[in-house]
Amino acid sequence: MCGIAGVVDFQRGAPQARLLERMAARMAHRGPDDCGVWHGGDVALSHTRLAIVDPQHGAQPMHTGDGRLSVSFNGEIFNHRELRALLEKQGRPFRTHHCDTEVVLQAYAHWGEGCFERFNGQWAIALWDADRRRLLLSRDRFGICPLHYTQAGSAWVFASEAKALFCHPAVAPAVDVDAVCDILRFWTPLPGHTAFRNVSELEPGCCLAIEPQGVRHWRYWQLDYRPDYGRRDLDWSEELRALLSDAVRLRLQADVPLGLYLSGGLDSSVVGALADQLLSARGDAQRLSLFSVQFDEQDVDERHFQHGMAQRLGRQPHALACANAAIGQHLIQAVRHTERPLFRTAAVPLFLLSRRVRAHDHKVVLTGEGADEVFGGYDLFKEAKLRRFVARQPGSKRRPLLLRRLYPYLPHLQTQSPEYLHAYFQVDSDHLDDPFFSHRPRWRNNARLERFLSPEVRHSQRQRDPLAELAAWLPQRFSDWDYFERAQYLETTMLLPGYILSSQGDRVAMAHGVETRPVFLDHRLAALAARMPAEVKMRVLDEKHVLKQAAGDLVTPQVLRRPKQPYRAPESVCFRGPDGDLAEPLAELLRPASIRRHGLFDPDAVSRLLSKARTAPLRSFTDNAALVFILSTQALLQEFVPGSSSQ
Amino acid sequence: MDYLSKDIRAFIEENFLFGGSAEDISDDGSLIAEGILDSAGVLELVAFLEGTYGIQVADSELLPTNLDSINRIAHYVVRKQACLQAARVA
Repeated sequence: MCGIAGVVDFQRGAPQARLLERMAARMAHRGPDDCGVWHGGDVALSHTRLAIVDPQHGAQPMHTGDGRLSVSFNGEIFNHRELRALLEKQGRPFRTHHCDTEVVLQAYAHWGEGCFERFNGQWAIALWDADRRRLLLSRDRFGICPLHYTQAGSAWVFASEAKALFCHPAVAPAVDVDAVCDILRFWTPLPGHTAFRNVSELEPGCCLAIEPQGVRHWRYWQLDYRPDYGRRDLDWSEELRALLSDAVRLRLQADVPLGLYLSGGLDSSVVGALADQLLSARGDAQRLSLFSVQFDEQDVDERHFQHGMAQRLGRQPHALACANAAIGQHLIQAVRHTERPLFRTAAVPLFLLSRRVRAHDHKVVLTGEGADEVFGGYDLFKEAKLRRFVARQPGSKRRPLLLRRLYPYLPHLQTQSPEYLHAYFQVDSDHLDDPFFSHRPRWRNNARLERFLSPEVRHSQRQRDPLAELAAWLPQRFSDWDYFERAQYLETTMLLPGYILSSQGDRVAMAHGVETRPVFLDHRLAALAARMPAEVKMRVLDEKHVLKQAAGDLVTPQVLRRPKQPYRAPESVCFRGPDGDLAEPLAELLRPASIRRHGLFDPDAVSRLLSKARTAPLRSFTDNAALVFILSTQALLQEFVPGSSSQ
Repeated sequence: MDYLSKDIRAFIEENFLFGGSAEDISDDGSLIAEGILDSAGVLELVAFLEGTYGIQVADSELLPTNLDSINRIAHYVVRKQACLQAARVA
């Protein structure tokens, strides 16, 4: 992947190259291999390159031979060879041998704005059409690659990362208090928003055309669930296996060595096994290296499963032993890249892992991200199913006990009575028709963090109704879907792009110039899964049932049988210094003067949380999330808007 | 009873509201429905009750009817202390 940036200004013309060079330099970590700037009158484009495909010929910004089209492109078009063959048959002229950037140019030249529907890949694209005086921005279907933009007077400024926008003299960083409060509740801003005021993010699956006569925004791809009840299980699993293998095949294309993030879970293990099969068939098995994270704390460490799977693949993983202290020490650096608050520390080990990957001269890693959203793997889906089951017989003493099985890794839930379980999980038959049924308990729990906000911020939020805003954003088809599909849609369009693929994905990987390729987000797989009835994806309480049927033979029995465990890292314990207090420089971020300077939080409430953490390690999920959220938000403010108040 | 309710309210304010006031919550208000207690919070509450009032909370007594409002907690503590007292006398 790479970093892209640019400015279009139809009134005053694009700014001089120096600004574009500064914007590119601000994202040098995304593209350490090359840097290019191009000025075309109304528009200026820049590109920092991470050379992966056709390193000799892929310099950007790239232009068509006639100079009418120019592009700055971050990402990969995995079906570029097929598209090139199609385009060559149509007589489109190519100058490079196998560069996917040139395919983007020629695909647009031939198919116009409809070209993006034909791409299988991950991208953020800025394409200048000189004849039409049109700057076209496009982002991949799931939001794997980031793309931010803002308006500054008559200029439109865009960049892979928000920090590059702030190089423009008319774009000053300021925190968007509403967005930060939405992040607190949803773990992500509402679609299209960022933590910064007046800075937007192009939504996944969308395009933006900026022209002298105005701006157009449209969605070129929409996830839709239309279950087909007429197929046998075997038909689904066979089709899935074939498609999954093809998705891996496409993502093995690279002119550099390949890595795999092997977590020890089902998804990355399946990807690793398929990649190994395909590479071995070509006699190229040694091209794939494994990278894993290991922790001191046994309840989150997965090395046992990683070792078993690595042994099966016949290779030794590069294991990063991530000490608790290292997580605390690198939190601020990680936030500099995520550009939004965090709730869990899990992003930090991934930040450190990408550094390790880079140290081993790798810059591409396959990952298993996306499988939980596409095939219904998260506990939240089970939780929604169980809550419905319990709500149908509210008087039952036995049904609520099933809720304990949801989170076997949370010991404090195992001793709770049916009555308490009923109450925690908001089991109420009145809620069954609620469009947000699946997510209500999570969002309600998250909202408990509002007690740490300053009184002024809390007051400002009373005028808002973010749930109504979210409801207005949902597609019309949402009301036709069942509870499982609605839950999948919310996870796939909110948490996936807003947290998993960004804060735990692209941003912490590209911090060290490492491209992640989440295989399960091949849109053909997502479309296939969207045709599967919920029972095919989750059989009773067996999550990702169809994936296990399709690819269970590829992984060790231990990986196949293990209960679902989300990727987690040690939490607040990572921030403690030797005396039990918060270690520096984190402590400085939470001193009352720092808290007051930014005005978002209540210094008294924060001090009490710290006192509680000092007495004993925080046990509650909410307390841990509160500490990570407050620390990371303060780090974000300190980095981007030091000295200013959010009020 | 009043002093018990006051202590319990203070504990909740300090540990779950982080200094915020619980004055909006009536003595009979549900601590779960109000988003004050979660599953880990109940265990923190139990540790507080056992440590402060010298009682033992059995797993079978971990019920909202005993612990899901300030009044219920206070009544529960009084009942448990009375049982302890009776056991000592016997």
